[in-house]
Amino acid sequence: MNLAVLTLHEAREKLRKREFSAQELTEAVFRRISETEEKLHCYITLSHDTALKEATQADKLLKTDTNPHSLLGIPIAVKDNFLTRGIRTTCASKFLENFIPPYDCTTVKKLRASGAIIIGKTNLDEFAMGSSAENSAFFATRNPWDTDRVPGGSSGGSAAALAADQCIVALGTDTGGSIRQPAAFCGVVGLKPTYGRVSRYGIIAFASSMDQVGPMTKDVRDCALMLEAIASYDPADSTSANRPVPQYSASLTGDVKGLRIGIPKEYFVSGIQPAVEQAVRKAVRQLEKNGAAIKEISLPHTDYAVAVYYIIATAEASSNLARYDGMRYGHRARAKDLTETYMLSRAEGFGPEVKRRIMLGTYALSAGYYDAYYLKAQRVRTLIKKDFDEAFKSCDVIIAPTAPTTAFKIGEKTQDPLQMYLSDIYTISVNLAGLPALSLPCGFDSEGLPIGMQIIGKHFDESTILAIAYAYEQSTDWHKRKPNL
Amino acid sequence: MKLTREEVQRVAMLARLRLTPEDEERLTEQLGNILQYVGKLNQLDTSGIEPFSHAVDIANPMREDAITNEPNADALLANAPEQENHFFQVPKIIE
Repeated sequence: MNLAVLTLHEAREKLRKREFSAQELTEAVFRRISETEEKLHCYITLSHDTALKEATQADKLLKTDTNPHSLLGIPIAVKDNFLTRGIRTTCASKFLENFIPPYDCTTVKKLRASGAIIIGKTNLDEFAMGSSAENSAFFATRNPWDTDRVPGGSSGGSAAALAADQCIVALGTDTGGSIRQPAAFCGVVGLKPTYGRVSRYGIIAFASSMDQVGPMTKDVRDCALMLEAIASYDPADSTSANRPVPQYSASLTGDVKGLRIGIPKEYFVSGIQPAVEQAVRKAVRQLEKNGAAIKEISLPHTDYAVAVYYIIATAEASSNLARYDGMRYGHRARAKDLTETYMLSRAEGFGPEVKRRIMLGTYALSAGYYDAYYLKAQRVRTLIKKDFDEAFKSCDVIIAPTAPTTAFKIGEKTQDPLQMYLSDIYTISVNLAGLPALSLPCGFDSEGLPIGMQIIGKHFDESTILAIAYAYEQSTDWHKRKPNL
Repeated sequence: MKLTREEVQRVAMLARLRLTPEDEERLTEQLGNILQYVGKLNQLDTSGIEPFSHAVDIANPMREDAITNEPNADALLANAPEQENHFFQVPKIIE
């Protein structure tokens, strides 16, 4: 049996029964990577040697420890915008091509403490800015279901690696859909938790009021287990939520009777691929059969979300990326004076999309334009959040498509940034409002490409999202299908 | 609103980005298109609407003013583009 196909909960049980060792599991994953990586390009850096050392250590503990840590011996892929002590972290940017972090981000620290084995750092759009993983400074990752298509982005490497069984579980970040949209495009499960639920300390910042870390997994149970492992209060992140972490896996009962599901009418309008709409509506009918109550709701300001997002996210990015000055770390150009050193270092170190966003954000924050753009966007953001507050008075979760289409072709949208931005139309409102949302597979289109369904919950109510996702997953086998590679 | 090339040059200076003439031309057009799209926000009357501040209620967390990070100068300096005698070496900033 190929051990790399296992889910976290399957692998964990078998490791504990000593059916195989953590070393065998880790070697199986690296074997799978060497078989498929040439076609897919999921990883920027592999940490083969340290992973095998960690596996040996895990095997010792598995022999002696009667109550092993939750992720002991589990090979995990980490997006390359998480700082990993001693493992190169590039954020898919030339600027950070040789950067070796001196410390671990809080999430990785927690993973290591739980016994997880970090097998490598996955590709992304540079600084997590993009929806296709094509904006990486190094290479484009390919979708395992059709290698002429994008895996989605920005966490495209993590999603593709999971779909191809190049890891057991993965981590991503989501600022405007960067976990959910690639999860949908690659046919895996991805959760963006509530803003503040998972620490952002040591995550390379893009747009700090929206960035959030989350799990990407092969099924819903794994997603619940991973969230239990990474959710926490962290004094090092001033926006971290100081509230107890529920046992999310306990909510996976399969029972959805009486739960109220809202369907936003604004999410099923022109531009949606018919197969996507049909699959999501069919999934909703399945949940209705299982006893959930369905009602149409309205999120009237949906149409403004992309405009709001691309002002606020770029404004925050222009500020966050000001730190890349080429002085203490990263790329430094040779130039005649200090200003010229800054300007050339940044010109050489950043790719076109990053420059475009820094320019847009700097413009929106600059004297004379701040009120018209940034402040205006923040006022409309309040309206978008109020839409959700209003909707959640009459429903427990909201279900919508994750993306308007299935995976698009490589190169299809690279010439038109606005078209690329519009592919995030169903995911970004959630980030603007700080809500949790999960994408899970709900079907395939006629070309065999996966379709994702998004379940949006109330603040800090990941348990209800997971309960509904699990109930739906139990009635289908979408999550068990594998791409032919 | 139409974006001019001069504005693109002004913003590039603020952002400390050296642009080539081709970059300037492309960005003038692309940013112009994006700003035109974003202009749809002006359809909405937002008078009396508070600007968004936080998604969930949070307060400023207070802590003791104590050093918590470990001394790690070697690892920090290892990423320096240039260093000398255990210091970061940077371009001259005062004439």
